[in-house]
Amino acid sequence: MGSRKRIWIARDYLKCSGCRKCEIACSLFHEKKIWPEASRIRVFMFVPGAEVPHLCVQCEDYPCVQSCSFGALSISKKTGAVHVDGEKCTACGACIEACPGRVPHLHPVKKSILICDLCDGRPECAKVCQKGNWDALQTVTRSSWQIFKVHARKPEDITRELVNNLYGEAGEEYV
Amino acid sequence: MRGYAGKFLDIDLNSEKIKEIQFDENTLRSFIGGRGLATKILWDRLGQTWETIDPFAPENVLTVLTGPLTGFYPGGRVCISGKSPQSNGLIGSTVAGEFGIDIKCAGYDGIIISGRASTPSYISIIENQVSIKDASHIWGSDGKQTLKMLTSEGRRELKENFPEYGELKEPSVLYIGPAGESQTRIAGVMAKWTHAAGYGGYGGVMGSKNLKAIAAKGLGSLPEVEDIEKVSELIKAADKDCYKSGLFRSWGTGAGGYNYGARTSSEPVRNWQEEWHDQKSFAVDKFEQRLWVKRYWGDFGCPTTCLKIAAPKTGEFKGSITDNPDYEMQAYLGPNLGIFTPEDNVYLSSLIDDLGLCGIQAGNALAFIAELYQRRVVNKHELGGIEPRWGDTKAFGELAKKTAKREGIGNTLAEGSHRAALELGKKKSLDLTIYSVTEKGMAIGAHGIRSGRDYPANMSYACNVQAGDHTSLAFIPTELENGELNTVLDDSGVYCSFNTFSTGIDLIWDFFEAVTGWKTLRQEWYETNGPRILNLQRAMLLLGGPDLTWKANIDDENPPRFYEPLPSGPHKGKAVDKKSFDESKKEYYDFVGWDKNGLPKPETLRRLGLHDVESKLKKAQIM
Repeated sequence: MGSRKRIWIARDYLKCSGCRKCEIACSLFHEKKIWPEASRIRVFMFVPGAEVPHLCVQCEDYPCVQSCSFGALSISKKTGAVHVDGEKCTACGACIEACPGRVPHLHPVKKSILICDLCDGRPECAKVCQKGNWDALQTVTRSSWQIFKVHARKPEDITRELVNNLYGEAGEEYV
Repeated sequence: MRGYAGKFLDIDLNSEKIKEIQFDENTLRSFIGGRGLATKILWDRLGQTWETIDPFAPENVLTVLTGPLTGFYPGGRVCISGKSPQSNGLIGSTVAGEFGIDIKCAGYDGIIISGRASTPSYISIIENQVSIKDASHIWGSDGKQTLKMLTSEGRRELKENFPEYGELKEPSVLYIGPAGESQTRIAGVMAKWTHAAGYGGYGGVMGSKNLKAIAAKGLGSLPEVEDIEKVSELIKAADKDCYKSGLFRSWGTGAGGYNYGARTSSEPVRNWQEEWHDQKSFAVDKFEQRLWVKRYWGDFGCPTTCLKIAAPKTGEFKGSITDNPDYEMQAYLGPNLGIFTPEDNVYLSSLIDDLGLCGIQAGNALAFIAELYQRRVVNKHELGGIEPRWGDTKAFGELAKKTAKREGIGNTLAEGSHRAALELGKKKSLDLTIYSVTEKGMAIGAHGIRSGRDYPANMSYACNVQAGDHTSLAFIPTELENGELNTVLDDSGVYCSFNTFSTGIDLIWDFFEAVTGWKTLRQEWYETNGPRILNLQRAMLLLGGPDLTWKANIDDENPPRFYEPLPSGPHKGKAVDKKSFDESKKEYYDFVGWDKNGLPKPETLRRLGLHDVESKLKKAQIM
């Protein structure tokens, strides 16, 4: 026994209703406000119907943590989530460039980087999505058989594929 | 003040002047926001000359307003108002989406727009950077292309303005299609391809202002509220109620496409000649199984997600994309045109969205002309070679395109059924208004009253300050859950009224208190604030003009068709009983403090502090 099983927030974009309750739950939990751009998960909608809940995947090699020259990013021993030390963060943007999905973003007021901290093991976004039975987000056990870094992708790249899946050829001209 | 960002944008397109203005606490407390505040703004700015203002003239004022509950009570919306080119009064027309959230997060409760831009333009709001931008390259584009271009321009601008932020979500966009550009009276203000503020015809008002779109992006939070813990609890309680709503969650309002025809016999069929059909081919399971590519689709904070996305992937209508369609689009672009096939209905709904037409007004007008064709009042030649036979989807599609561009007969249909009936009737020396199923210049919602089995009462449309709007009907008492004082409240707090079916009114008032902190608001609303808004709307409706005016009582009347007995179905023979209609109308007048002729009594207006309304109505010789 001993080693605690780590979690992952599984995402099924095709099931995302675009209700953005994940943004509301995340920002209420972390900011005590409803604040879409300060949410650690954000639903991008470049094409209607192709909603993309965008959040950290906890890459195996943590390129963001490696890119930080100020020691502001660390890896939680408990959850494997990336923790941001707001005091040390200089908002230099190196982690944004290092992330293959450009997931980290700046807090609109505090001017330090925001990255999903998995709510210390019980993610609010997945909870609210499950409550509503949408199943777009689900907390699952992180399997060692999967390379999660492949899921770190830019919103527009995910959109392009979703649109194809949803609308076929008709969708291509709307991306 | 809690729940409000505290500032409004006041934009004059003539001078390109952009101001930030504020309303004092008393005004906001009295008029809340959305529809309520729009009546105040419009009355103050245009009330004294109301009857002379052409809704398409630069003087008209277009308001785009949120309310204090926008973003908090589930189901984000924004409310569009102004002088309506349909009713010539003021309509509160709401549309779902994140636009209301974005402007609040940018620090504004709403936008007030007057004047006319000299060239096609759009308004861009990025935080407090507000600018009027060139839209010549977008003018003429359909809905999907318009949104594509504005989304990509907005994203580019965000990247330029905030390079250090990383990826920012796209701006929210309200826009018009070709039907708005050509100033039809039946164009909606659109969002997210398929969403429309349809009633009122404000797409044409935007077009008259040379305003193609408004794009908004806010980076801030929603405004401070009185008690965020309480709001958070209330959101959970509202969600719980809505999750139980099996019907809307599963099928949206589209389950009505068969139900209202087959069971309650209140669905428009072939321009309301009938209200019954038993076509299981049109039942919602066919849409669900053949066409839905997304099963649950919603807007900011919505637990119900009653929308579904339909996209045929095979057949001649492959490539069409629309939501559900919802009941109104099913009915008006389905049975009302003699169409009973889901794919055909989705094609028309997608086309109407792209053109930026209001599906209710357009479906009503298309059926009106089809009945004239059926009765040989108009011929193929007059219709530019198109023969609108019932069920001929492509012919209706071609007519819709002509309507959006005001080409040929489309120029007449672009006026909406009522005005088209007047125009064609004059030309042919016939009373064609008997075929126009409208209320004070507006097509009515797809819920008939002849069978007596659907929810509207016999005077619900006739006495409604929003004319044909089926989402804001007159009932006695007005305090009923779906009564006018509560639908005005929904449009003024600005949130989705369909979620209120699940949560009930008490929870809404709990939200108001937790957000605004105003403790006696509920009592004030039913006693004075709500009735004041209703009476202001009534006054503007009765002033009307300049092309048409409505007489109280005489024009508070059902469409003639509703007095014709239903020709088929389980309620065959039923019609509205004129005597009982007149009785309930008088009862309603009395209930809301109007005299037997439907005019607000002087004491009613004085009690509500509307002395200037009284003097204006007297000056206009209405009272």
